Amino acid sequence: MSKLKNYQQQLLQAIKAETRQVSLMEVCGTHTMAIAKSGIRELLPPNIKLRSGPGCPVCVTSQGDIDAVIEMVQNQDIILVTFGDMMRVPGTRSSLQEERSQGADVRIAYSPLDALRIARENPSKEVVFLGIGFETTTPAIGITIEQAREEGLANFSVFSLHKLVPPALELIFSDSEIMVDGLICPGHVSAVIGVKPYDILAAQYGKPCVITGFETLDILEGIYMLIRQILRSEAKAEIQYRRVVKEEGNPIALQIIERIFKPIPARWRGLGVIPASGLGLREAYAGMDARLKFKIREMEEIPIKGCACGEVLTGKITPPDCALFGRACTPLQPVGPCMVSQEGSCAAYYRYTPASERKRLDENR
Amino acid sequence: MCLGVPAKVIELIENHVARVDVNGNQTEISIRLTPEVEINQYVLVHAGFAMEIIDESIARETMQYLQELISYE
Amino acid sequence: MKTGRVLMAHGSGGLMSQELIEQVFKRTWNNRFLDPMLDGALLDLPPGRVAMSTDSFVITPLFFPGGDIGKISICGTVNDLVACGARPLYLSTAMIIEEGLPLADLERLAQSMAATAREAGVSLVTGDTKVVEKGSADRIFINTTGIGVIPDGIDYRPSRIQTGDQIIVTGPVGDHGLAILAQREGLRFATPAVSDCAALVGIGKVLEKYGADVKCMRDPTRGGLATVLNELAQQSGKGMVVEENLIPISPVVQGACDMLGLDPLYMANEGKMVIIVDPERAAEIIADLQTVPEAAGAALLGEVRSEPAGMVLIQTELGAQRILGMLEGEHLPRIC
Repeated sequence: MSKLKNYQQQLLQAIKAETRQVSLMEVCGTHTMAIAKSGIRELLPPNIKLRSGPGCPVCVTSQGDIDAVIEMVQNQDIILVTFGDMMRVPGTRSSLQEERSQGADVRIAYSPLDALRIARENPSKEVVFLGIGFETTTPAIGITIEQAREEGLANFSVFSLHKLVPPALELIFSDSEIMVDGLICPGHVSAVIGVKPYDILAAQYGKPCVITGFETLDILEGIYMLIRQILRSEAKAEIQYRRVVKEEGNPIALQIIERIFKPIPARWRGLGVIPASGLGLREAYAGMDARLKFKIREMEEIPIKGCACGEVLTGKITPPDCALFGRACTPLQPVGPCMVSQEGSCAAYYRYTPASERKRLDENR
Repeated sequence: MCLGVPAKVIELIENHVARVDVNGNQTEISIRLTPEVEINQYVLVHAGFAMEIIDESIARETMQYLQELISYE
Repeated sequence: MKTGRVLMAHGSGGLMSQELIEQVFKRTWNNRFLDPMLDGALLDLPPGRVAMSTDSFVITPLFFPGGDIGKISICGTVNDLVACGARPLYLSTAMIIEEGLPLADLERLAQSMAATAREAGVSLVTGDTKVVEKGSADRIFINTTGIGVIPDGIDYRPSRIQTGDQIIVTGPVGDHGLAILAQREGLRFATPAVSDCAALVGIGKVLEKYGADVKCMRDPTRGGLATVLNELAQQSGKGMVVEENLIPISPVVQGACDMLGLDPLYMANEGKMVIIVDPERAAEIIADLQTVPEAAGAALLGEVRSEPAGMVLIQTELGAQRILGMLEGEHLPRIC
């Protein structure tokens, strides 16, 4: 057996040393995907449960916010630039992809800087960038906003639906219905925010937090480090993903967020309204705030019947527990965002179904 | 969106832009978040930006483990 | 190199049509079968079962790293015949050309088709061209139909797949899909990826001596390796298990897929075969395949099981098994 495989098996054995019931939450959607792909869940003993959390920015965007974006596209003569994931997220009555097929100018970008280019190339049209993402993505949008200002681009604005991760984690820890003994913390969000927010959480709630990378080996190490803490009754924040995450995070990125955005209350799918968990543009950048420019109104929350995304996002159920999973809700015909997003838990479970689940899959077909 | 890929910086271009290489695939990204980056360093790329410089010494352990291990066998 | 463009008159059947055929096609495809005096080709077939296959090609862009629509139109049909166990012999081609296509492009494609056919040892024996108004086709659509003869002792079909059979792929996957994707607009990233488009006659030849020990062959085009494995599993009623770390994927393709959030197992290939063989001969067959340039990267992926019937499982590096499903949702459009 190769050195790597040996080490991975050793980690698995060490993890199995914990025989009590342990529930770990992997916050980040990319972790959910990586865990599903690696098959780790299958190999963990039944007493160690991995639950996915609200770390998929597309998935936690509220129904009302999605409808507000769609309404803006319907009513305004704009070019909307968005990350690809958002295209197929179902609004209450439509989706961005649906709007595009009806003639709306909606374009996919890999980077918010693409939206700047589109604004330069179309000076007579209003270009709106849909800002969705956590602290990993927000600095990029911040830089884009500053660049737009430097260039004096009057036709560029951002519809910010950005959110912050730590307030959601705080809610998860304080919700007695959600059983979490330890947190697998998002690797790339943490590259920006550093370890301090988790120091505070670990101390306040007495739960270990380990900032983990995304390779199979990283995840095994991260789980092992959490189990080790639990076995020793410790509760602190640790960094497994040392090659990328520094204790202080990325100060430049943090300054950009601070300079351009301010914390505002935000509604999270599954978690409700969390104070100071969203990011809005500061007054100095009001000219580039699409919500103000286009007078976007608050939309009513109209939940989709049968959709249990909210419960999946808080780890209360796993995707196969949802009655619609694999039946009415599939990647081709998604009912909720968890099945659409590249980081959605339901998408991860569907794409990477464990062999042991095949019976359930057969029943669904 | 958390998707971040390690990429090697092969060229520094004006205006805080760098050309990076992932196994031969190349693209240009902004280095405004990692302005001190140098050629031949590896960065984590996300949404068209370099987010962090990857620590070479630790990276060599984990990123290139597969290649190193082949020489052990 | 020709100047000018294809015009509606080139499709009218009159003088200009004849000119087009003489100047572009007959000159390039010079063989004893092509005779514009006849409405068809008169062919001699060696004894044996005849196999026939047809495919239409609508790929865009027309010219891409590693090939063009002309080359792929030959390789695609040749490979389908090879997958049937046949020695490909003759191809027909029908083209639908949008008016305005530069004659230089048409000539280039005709030359490409001729060169590819020559290398594959097949003759282009009859053809047809139509010209449609601007907007009625996207530059050019090409159909090829091919016939070949199956030697005795060769019988490739999913129903012959047995529990215990070994699953082979003839080389790394995902290159064609990536090469095409990179050409499409909006993706501002440069890749050295090149389409693997190739005629796989050499693979067919090498396998002939193994006769009935080869159970089935199929080329993983649209939908990629995962899709073809699922098709074979469903059609044979067997299960399959492949090991993730045995699937050959070039570092270029892996890197690009990581960057773009794609999965190489679902990306198209135009120069690969999946081959199901008897377990006793698998090692020998792989060694033999590796002597063929197009199969130098041939590798064993896994094996056929009786359970789970109709499904493909993939074993991860940790040893866990998960289901490898068919491609659901959007293929990259017009990939071949």
